[in-house]
Amino acid sequence: MDFEWSAVVDALPSLFKGAKLTLFIATVGLMGGVVVGGLAGLMRAFGNRFMNAVALIYIELIRGTPIMVQVMFIYFALPLLMNIRVNPLTAAIVSIVINSGAYIAEIVRGALLSVNKGLREAGIALGLPSWKILLFIIGPVAFRRMIPPLGNQCIISLKDTSLFIVIGVGELTRQGQEIMASNFRAVEIWAAVAVFYLFLTGTLTLILRVVEKRMRML
Amino acid sequence: MIDNIVEFWNVTKKFGPVVVLDKMCLQIRKGEIVVLIGPSGSGKSTLLRCINALEMIDDGDIIVNGINTQDGGSRVRALRREAGMVFQQFNLFPQMTALENVAFGPRHVRSMPKRDSYALATELLTKVGLGDRGHHYPSELSGGQQQRVAIARALAVKPKLMLFDEPTSALDPELRHEVLQVMQELAEEGMSMIVVTHEISFARKVGTRLIFMEGGKIVSDGEPIRLLDHPDNPRLREFLQHVH
Repeated sequence: MDFEWSAVVDALPSLFKGAKLTLFIATVGLMGGVVVGGLAGLMRAFGNRFMNAVALIYIELIRGTPIMVQVMFIYFALPLLMNIRVNPLTAAIVSIVINSGAYIAEIVRGALLSVNKGLREAGIALGLPSWKILLFIIGPVAFRRMIPPLGNQCIISLKDTSLFIVIGVGELTRQGQEIMASNFRAVEIWAAVAVFYLFLTGTLTLILRVVEKRMRML
Repeated sequence: MIDNIVEFWNVTKKFGPVVVLDKMCLQIRKGEIVVLIGPSGSGKSTLLRCINALEMIDDGDIIVNGINTQDGGSRVRALRREAGMVFQQFNLFPQMTALENVAFGPRHVRSMPKRDSYALATELLTKVGLGDRGHHYPSELSGGQQQRVAIARALAVKPKLMLFDEPTSALDPELRHEVLQVMQELAEEGMSMIVVTHEISFARKVGTRLIFMEGGKIVSDGEPIRLLDHPDNPRLREFLQHVH
């Protein structure tokens, strides 16, 4: 068969629109995920028994179910259960927040606990309160160790946005699907969609590499 | 009473079923250089760590500079500012330069302005012979240099008492003397010090008091030269034969 370049060119405006939405969902979702995950990770690492249990239940609930089921639940089941309307974009963003949050929580916990216990003791021995020890001593060391796994999670979440095709969010995959349905140029369109994703994840990887180089790993 | 910097009253400390400190009584006066020796597991490091409440005791009282170690948060933090600690593994903050490590304490627990804290840090680093190493990170310094930075860091919060937990045990023999030298100078300035160590020659040369511990109890307590030359206890005699 011939590769019809014109099909790709015609698809570009829609694909750019989709890519923008994909990037928006991933960015906002991951920012929320970092907040939720950071909190849950802190609760797991340093919280009392109750906070630990709450965080653990959240993490296990989310990690133990597919993100597809989580989206479906938020979009279709929540309105029935609580009588609230959720628009597709909100459902998509919330899904990324709670899903990435659970994985980020474990990244945060692991990094915090990997910091040498002696640093904490040195802080205590200086007479510092716990929050200063966390903020100025353990936090900065742990943060550096979080960067590689956080990068991983960003890439995974970015690609997970393609699942929101099922609730009709016009993200990149959905745009590709719609164009394909009208012109049947499967090879051209899906190749173009794949290249768009590669470009997004590639840029992310590059940024991460620069950040890692800038920061001395400890 | 008033010139005791550390008092132990019937202190018991357990790790699970193991009794690490057994109804310990001990008074240390200001200006004393106490050297704590004993076999591993004798409780000497634990004793040191109880003084600044890094370990909680199960029974009895420890009074440091007039504050009970079992008092609440801010009182205990105030106590810790008076008892600087130097660790076997240095425990310098790896993300900070030597200068930042030393300036950190005064800035954050003594609310010293940034400029003053850096001036103080420079002065202390010079004092431990590292005036030209301020901008190096801990990973760029030798073990002996790191430990000297750690001593400067502890001194920066102006403690009345210094606690040394095997400060030379992680160092190569040729790097030990530079740390011991700094400690000796500190002792000569009149700092109260409690030193857990295996350096018998330091005990002899610098110490004003030697305590030999075994099984959570003080077995011998007295003048270093007298105890080292004429051990009053068969266990101490045996121990000294092994470390000499």
